[in-house]
Amino acid sequence: MIQYAIRRLLLAIPTLMVMLTAIFVLVRLVPGDPAAVILGDQASDASLELLRAKLGLDQPIGVQYVAFMHDVFTGHLGRSLSSGRPVIQEVLGVLPWTIELTLAAIVIGVLLGLPLGVVAAVRRNRWPDYASRLVSLLGLSFPAFVSGILLLIVFAVELGWLPVLGSGDAGSLGDRLRGLALPAINLGLIMMAYVARITRSSMLGVLGEDYIRTARAKGVRPFRLIMRHALRNALIPIITVVGLYFGTLVGNSVLTEIIFNRPGLGKLILGALNARDYTLLQGLMIMFAICVILVNIATDLAYGLVDPRVKYR
Amino acid sequence: MTTLAPTAATRRARAWDTFSRNRLSWIGLALIALIVLAAIAAPLIAPHDPLEQDIVARLDPPSAEHWLGTDTYGRDVLSRMIYAARISLFVGFVATLIAMTIGATIGILCGYVGGWFDQFMMGLLDVMLAFPTLLLGLMIAAMLGASLHNLIIAIAITEIAPFARIARAPTITLKQLDFVEAARALGFGPVRIMGVHILPNMISDVVVMGSLWMASAIRTEAALSFIGLGVPPPAATWGSMIREGFDNILDTWWLSVFPSLAILATVLALNLLGDALRDAADPKLRAE
Amino acid sequence: MDQAVAAKEQVAAADAAVLDIRGLRTEFRIGGQWHAAVRDLSLALRANETLAIVGESGSGKSVTALSALRLLPSAGARIAAGAVMFDGRDLTKLSEAEMSDVRGNAIAMIFQEPMTSLNPTMAIGDQIAEAIVIHRGAAWSSARAQALRLLDEVKIPAAATRLDDYPHQFSGGMRQRVMIAMALACRPQVLLADEPTTALDVTIQAQVLRQLAELKRAYGMAVLFITHNLGVVAQIADRVAVMYAGEIVEAASVADLFARPTHPYTAALLRAMPRVDRDAAGLEPIPGGVPALTAMPTGCFFAPRCPLRQASCTAQHPELLRFPNGHEVRCPVVLAEAAR
Repeated sequence: MIQYAIRRLLLAIPTLMVMLTAIFVLVRLVPGDPAAVILGDQASDASLELLRAKLGLDQPIGVQYVAFMHDVFTGHLGRSLSSGRPVIQEVLGVLPWTIELTLAAIVIGVLLGLPLGVVAAVRRNRWPDYASRLVSLLGLSFPAFVSGILLLIVFAVELGWLPVLGSGDAGSLGDRLRGLALPAINLGLIMMAYVARITRSSMLGVLGEDYIRTARAKGVRPFRLIMRHALRNALIPIITVVGLYFGTLVGNSVLTEIIFNRPGLGKLILGALNARDYTLLQGLMIMFAICVILVNIATDLAYGLVDPRVKYR
Repeated sequence: MTTLAPTAATRRARAWDTFSRNRLSWIGLALIALIVLAAIAAPLIAPHDPLEQDIVARLDPPSAEHWLGTDTYGRDVLSRMIYAARISLFVGFVATLIAMTIGATIGILCGYVGGWFDQFMMGLLDVMLAFPTLLLGLMIAAMLGASLHNLIIAIAITEIAPFARIARAPTITLKQLDFVEAARALGFGPVRIMGVHILPNMISDVVVMGSLWMASAIRTEAALSFIGLGVPPPAATWGSMIREGFDNILDTWWLSVFPSLAILATVLALNLLGDALRDAADPKLRAE
Repeated sequence: MDQAVAAKEQVAAADAAVLDIRGLRTEFRIGGQWHAAVRDLSLALRANETLAIVGESGSGKSVTALSALRLLPSAGARIAAGAVMFDGRDLTKLSEAEMSDVRGNAIAMIFQEPMTSLNPTMAIGDQIAEAIVIHRGAAWSSARAQALRLLDEVKIPAAATRLDDYPHQFSGGMRQRVMIAMALACRPQVLLADEPTTALDVTIQAQVLRQLAELKRAYGMAVLFITHNLGVVAQIADRVAVMYAGEIVEAASVADLFARPTHPYTAALLRAMPRVDRDAAGLEPIPGGVPALTAMPTGCFFAPRCPLRQASCTAQHPELLRFPNGHEVRCPVVLAEAAR
């Protein structure tokens, strides 16, 4: 298994190269002179020249590309233009907040979504199915910031149950959990919708399989039939979708962090956008690319845990 | 799969049967028709000029004069929302159309050509598929600068991968079917085979997905506008209206909540419609 | 073995039917309407015998077996009439929980598709042990020990090393043996075998058939064997019922049926059957196909394909008539000819 993981990591290098190249091109696509864009119209020629040299923009494009790749693979993502701190430090500083939020959302989404999808599939075309489908379609239709706003108004403003603003920097564990609650529920409910939907369709497929009939012919009772025989097999496509959902989850968590004024990648990105901090944005993209690849590999490895047919060879 | 041509008509009839019997599909269709009509007829039905400022009536809550209240400049929220529908729907539609065209072309090429080209492109698209849609759109929009064109381009790029996947799988199946083999034997070129023999057989799948992805495009547009990467003012989209109202959401909730509901209704309607279309097009889901 | 089971076996030793299907009618819902897939079917399976049901696909033979164990899909299928008597009870009247107690315990079933009928994410040792845990309340460890014995019994080579293997690690024939071991786990009195060898190639098929016959003798089971292959019938069955379009058209002992195939459909099936002593060129496939459930002809269902068709055939639906020797036939035309 470890060997397999290492091989998958090595195989991911070409993919990463392609992604990095795409990022490199994207950043160079910025219309006009990046230095002028960054510094604004009033910048003097000297300071523009200085910034170009600092960014390496005065070099030929090939040299820039090689330098860029070299920097990435040696772990140098440059310094934030606005704060002057290394990009990696900026990101690592807020990452725990985002990880905390996404993990909480995954827990909520899976704990609620799996049973909802299973019940919908088992009671197909009866009211639990209709209810579950309606709930998941609603969840799929809510843009994360819209649901966030509605949650905020209902729970924090109208009912006054939870703090309006996200977790402060200090505070007890209780404060921290209360600050986490609304953002995590917001993200979790959306994830629940995805999980319920895919669980339902995957379960419907599995429930029609011959081996389910075999198990019934053995006298297996409904609960065990669903949990051990059906759900276990239905998990395989569910894992794929949850893995693919990672991207959406990160995107939604960025919006959620902004809505709930919570520290994290969302605010970092927003800050970088407003400050036209291109090195920070570029660094963030690179780190996301790496994350995506790692999650893909983790998804592949997770198959092996549920599907004995997967061989790590 | 048996012969395709003779069953196509009955398949369509049966799909229509399933679609028309699904009550949710009619709700979705009615809702989306209503929104599209409102957007088209905006000058006729909007109670006020969306750009007309009224200093006296600033930040009025919903009232008989302004059903959904007014904003910081005293502009009528309902009228602005109706006009914003035009841009939101346009962006969603055009971005999806672009993504559909490029994605389906790539998918058909991959399925038809196969080999390393297919492997490479699919590997790339897999990564794109997994990359956060919103962040990708956000980065692209940020790099290109905020404008209507760039917004559409950014959203379109994020949606190419799913369309390519949808188009690729049936191409591989169709490629091996007799009538394509026959066309090849008759000396038709690959472009003609892909365009005349393969594309029409999958176009319904691609269009069905288009409805679901247009919902996603509208959502992404709203999110980008909310972050501040949308269409520059004074033009408004639902996302940018929410953004304008968000700072003082505790006091002037109507500024954000009504555009939020408009987005929700549109996306929900498109999702209902897309789901119903997909159920109708997929005989496996239809079979009882 | 507990006393109840021993007592049951004594009763079964008598010539009475262990499984008695009476007037079964099973329907499917197609386009909002119910259509019979099996109609007024009566069949008595006696102790220690192998009764074969033969017919083309679509004749309702699998539906009959699935109805007996109530394994039809819960939506869109129903048992509309009839009784399935087993051990003094009507299985169609049992609750779902009571039915679960019967399934895999007193009555077991094996299926046609060995490639898809085993759970791909469960070790085969556990799949066999599962029935023992459910019905005997055994601990998993002892149930697995019994599973090992069963695997030995169905002649899986090196069974001890294969208990933790998964279905995909077995060949088709080996999987079918695993299926058989699963079915035998609780020493059933009745085994329903739904085309168990159809998906296997010929040599493997012969091995599995021989093994089934041996196990049937060793376990003292009654076997309901469903097949479309008359060659298999000759090899394994004591009696045979020929089904067409949801009903029995002919039933007799195997010797009787092959000596005097009476119904035109049976005769046609025999002419379509490849035989060692005949040239393959002499085979006559039966023209046409089984009518769709939604389009059953009036009168005799076989009439549209029948070489002996007369005007009266399409007028009235024929009854199943019984000869003194027990041979049953549903065809007034051949019976009238025989009487002459």
